[in-house]
Amino acid sequence: MDKFGFTISTGRQIDYESNDRRIAEYIFEREPSFRLCIECGGCSATCTTGNFTDFSLRELNILIKRGENEQVREKLNKCMLCGKCTLVCPRGVNTRNIVVLAKKAFQKSDEYAI
Amino acid sequence: MGKHVVVIGGGVAGLEVAGQLSKVGIEVSLIEKDSNTGGHLNKWYKLFPDRRKSSEVMEYLNGITVNKGINLMTDTSIEMFNRKRDHFSIVTSGGKELIADAVIVATGFDLFKSARKEEYGYGIYDNVITSADLEEMFRKGEISLTNNTIPEKIGIIHCVGSRDEKVGNFYCSKLCCVTAVKQAIEIREFLPESKVFCFYMDMRMGGALYEELYREAQEQWGVSFIRGKVSEASETIDNQLLIKVEDTLAGRPLKMKLDLLVLMAGMEMSEGGKKIAGIGGLRTGENRFFAATDNHFGSNKSDIEGVFYAGTCTAPMNITETISHARAAAIEVIDYLKCSN
Repeated sequence: MDKFGFTISTGRQIDYESNDRRIAEYIFEREPSFRLCIECGGCSATCTTGNFTDFSLRELNILIKRGENEQVREKLNKCMLCGKCTLVCPRGVNTRNIVVLAKKAFQKSDEYAI
Repeated sequence: MGKHVVVIGGGVAGLEVAGQLSKVGIEVSLIEKDSNTGGHLNKWYKLFPDRRKSSEVMEYLNGITVNKGINLMTDTSIEMFNRKRDHFSIVTSGGKELIADAVIVATGFDLFKSARKEEYGYGIYDNVITSADLEEMFRKGEISLTNNTIPEKIGIIHCVGSRDEKVGNFYCSKLCCVTAVKQAIEIREFLPESKVFCFYMDMRMGGALYEELYREAQEQWGVSFIRGKVSEASETIDNQLLIKVEDTLAGRPLKMKLDLLVLMAGMEMSEGGKKIAGIGGLRTGENRFFAATDNHFGSNKSDIEGVFYAGTCTAPMNITETISHARAAAIEVIDYLKCSN
């Protein structure tokens, strides 16, 4: 088969059933304001990291909620925890704490140890 | 019937309910704090969704109130307001006591004071204006910057003072989206060379003919819509405005230079309404507007028998809804006066 160059494409769909959303559950429990995000992007607009790297807190929020953990783990450490996003958020989401809790959740989980 | 009703507030709702009650022979006193009736309508140029002149609605309202025997008291506010057994005693700022069988509160709304949203720079930077300021420019027939030049790139920020817990307003003012669309079209009409960008969180086009207007803005006027909440505005060295937003659909932060920034100020419970709530002991909701007894079939009724609400003192409403709500208030009052005979 190798000779023909065929590979199996993994697909880019979010596989809702097989994704592991325990990290989201962990954050929901400890920071209920996590549920309030309306994806307005105010946090990402003001974010210094986001202006220089592909880090977007708005995107991170949704990736955590969908259980796209590989991507979350890769992005999480870019945040400098300055908290400017928290000042902007119109829904009063404690955005900074979401990053802190996500880091903790990853540390607790052997599977997703950072 | 020999009944007397006092209407507090001479805006759209107050005029409509006063006119309707007067029509069925009820004596009406209409109390207005300003020197003119009409409220916010006087400051508006054209109205959504059909962009008719606001003066046409004003003409209609004047038509049902002028010369209809309504006792109009302008430049007057309410100092005291009590229920005494089967009637109300109302003391005006002139010291006059009015005895009424029923009271209708139609104290309307105030526009959100945009300077409170400091990060957008209203009152700090030149050329940051509100939707109301823009209407004034339309009425004058000229859109110009503080240095008297014509703006080429104009940004409109939705949800200023609405859906924003940082200013204590959780609710959606619901009319600012369509106002933004209307004003974007009008800017393009006044300034065919200009470019207009609307920055929105969600386009709430729930009213009759709103979506059609949104489509027209895209199709005929080339207005651009960018989904993201603007986090802040600043001024560049060449006196332009610089805004920061995340283009959430592209998933990347976006910066843009603008000549003029228009803030879509939301609606809040009016100061006059708050005062009436205090002196009349009327219940207000979490959103600070008057709380009616029932959301579905009691939206004109207060907790106090004989006190009714009309219009935007209970929630953000457009003019169509305000007039309907005021007519409903008239029916409630007529019913109440009959039953209390």
